[in-house]
Amino acid sequence: MSAFSFGGSADTRVQNGSGMLLRYTFRRLLMLIPVSISISVVIFMIVHLLPGDPIDNLIRVGSSPEARERLATKYGLDRPLITQYFVWMGNMFRGDFGQAIVLRRPVSDLIMQNLPFSLTLGGLAFAFSSVVGMTLGTISAVVRNPILERFVRGFILLGSTVPGFWLALLLILLFSVTLGWLPVSGAKTWSALVLPVLTIGFGGIALVARVTRVALIDVRHEDFVTLLHAKGLSRSAILFRHLLPHALVPVVTILALRIGWILGGAVTAEFVFGRPGLGSLLIRALGQRDFPVIQGSMLMLALAVMLGTLIGDILQAAMDPRIREASK
Amino acid sequence: MSLILRVDDLGVAIGAVKPLSGVSFSLDKGETLGIVGESGSGKSLTAMTIMGLLPLIGGRVTTGSIMFDGSELADLPETAYRKLRGGRIGLITQNPMTSLDPLRKIGPQVDVVARLHLGLDKRAARARTVELLGDLRIPEPASIYYLYPHQLSGGMKQRIVIAMALAADPDLLIADEPTTALDVTVQAQIIRLLLDLVTARNLSLVLITHDMSVVAQTCDKVVVMYAGRAIERGAVSAIFDRPRHPYTQALIGCIPRGLTVTEPLKSIEGTVPSVAHYPSGCPFHPRCPRAEDICATEPPSFVQDRDSAAACHFAMAAAQ
Repeated sequence: MSAFSFGGSADTRVQNGSGMLLRYTFRRLLMLIPVSISISVVIFMIVHLLPGDPIDNLIRVGSSPEARERLATKYGLDRPLITQYFVWMGNMFRGDFGQAIVLRRPVSDLIMQNLPFSLTLGGLAFAFSSVVGMTLGTISAVVRNPILERFVRGFILLGSTVPGFWLALLLILLFSVTLGWLPVSGAKTWSALVLPVLTIGFGGIALVARVTRVALIDVRHEDFVTLLHAKGLSRSAILFRHLLPHALVPVVTILALRIGWILGGAVTAEFVFGRPGLGSLLIRALGQRDFPVIQGSMLMLALAVMLGTLIGDILQAAMDPRIREASK
Repeated sequence: MSLILRVDDLGVAIGAVKPLSGVSFSLDKGETLGIVGESGSGKSLTAMTIMGLLPLIGGRVTTGSIMFDGSELADLPETAYRKLRGGRIGLITQNPMTSLDPLRKIGPQVDVVARLHLGLDKRAARARTVELLGDLRIPEPASIYYLYPHQLSGGMKQRIVIAMALAADPDLLIADEPTTALDVTVQAQIIRLLLDLVTARNLSLVLITHDMSVVAQTCDKVVVMYAGRAIERGAVSAIFDRPRHPYTQALIGCIPRGLTVTEPLKSIEGTVPSVAHYPSGCPFHPRCPRAEDICATEPPSFVQDRDSAAACHFAMAAAQ
């Protein structure tokens, strides 16, 4: 009975789970550096290849070409693109995002001023869509009620197809104009957050609910679930301790990818609801071709997407030992 | 000897189909009963039914009774069933590769059974699990405890599954093809282990298998199933010495014998009918070498002869 098909000593196989996770996180963080640099090149190029420049917004109509040139020299816009890029990057490494050309303020000030609004809106919309989405998804997978099921499926379909800006207008029409419960726009009160959060979160709810539902139904048919029942565990214990953790793995992936989506949604929602935030800053800067502001805020958004994906991957590795091991 | 399990005329329906009907057998304490049959004969479904897990696959008991240690299980409410499952009846499933939750360490997956049914606290349950893993001849149980399922081999995982089934000291163990997914060398180890456990812990074992030779080596009694019915049952010696149902005879004929025999391996012509197309009369008649007209119309009833019974119209003739 000593001929076990078990290879290796048990000691060598017991890995320190948290140590492995730390190494994984560190490696992924290192990988962010080249990715960030490539993204900065892309952002810079897009911004500078756009027709028009910020000087059009500064200069009076009919000014002399010399006045134009003076301004271009002042902001370094007459130098070759490559030089401009390296100057920008060099300053970035020192923490200097540059000076807004049209708004005449440090870009970092503008970003810091708007960031809290974006984080609040994005964070709330994210939490809202995750919590409601997972709850709906779980209910629709667990409760066997045809009417409820049809309702949830209809909701999922609606949520994945209705465009956010249109929904925003409908919400404003109903809750602000007709009922007068909530403000039309602005960010002065917490109640002003309700409609934008609903707008951005709505599509997310549908997506999260769908992924949760499919994952739960998939895992429910696994052999180990039969065995969990055979051990005498209650249905709720099986659902909360075993099925949901499994369903959470794909849900986390989707949620991490959705951080970018939510930021994109925030751009339109901030615009429609007249809220401050990175999105409305970006739109205004785009209109004025205020290069340093566009570059700064786009880089922040890109960074948020990358960090979101990273956090999602780390969470996955934390939840699933097989992923941890595969990425050793 | 006292009776631990008695299944009588058990019938099961899943929606409109009736994949199981007229299944009867009994098992005494400390005995090993083999349930044999081809894939799709209803062996696993019988196990699921005894475990009260039919609702999981949308099934229900339509006829008959399941008496376990003197109480009826066929209409037992779910909450009461939960105490039996894992507590007094342990289940070992077919595929150890997928039988453990891959996201959780194996130790706690065993612990939960003792915590649930014996009311042990965390530490006591862990000590018990480590001891149990040692009993199951798992090397270094204290470190294995903290591994994840994917870090173990198939044979090891099956031992963990066995540990889960045993953790609350059950009276009855149901092993549903416990070795099918394992390497041949490991198969023998696991069967050996199960038999040792039956003796050491005075367990009753229902061993579901499609391997007649395993039954011959390990069981006291055997039930042969075909197309959702029990067609022959009795003491192993009787079944192997005097198989009276043509299907049982064919199954025994299929066991490979020795290495020197040059004749090709035997097989049974045709395939097991699907649930939707169970034949009328005797379910085996389309494949039966000695079928007559009556077999297609009249379902045969069991004919008892000494310590075995066969459901065949010609059972008595075959015995002579």
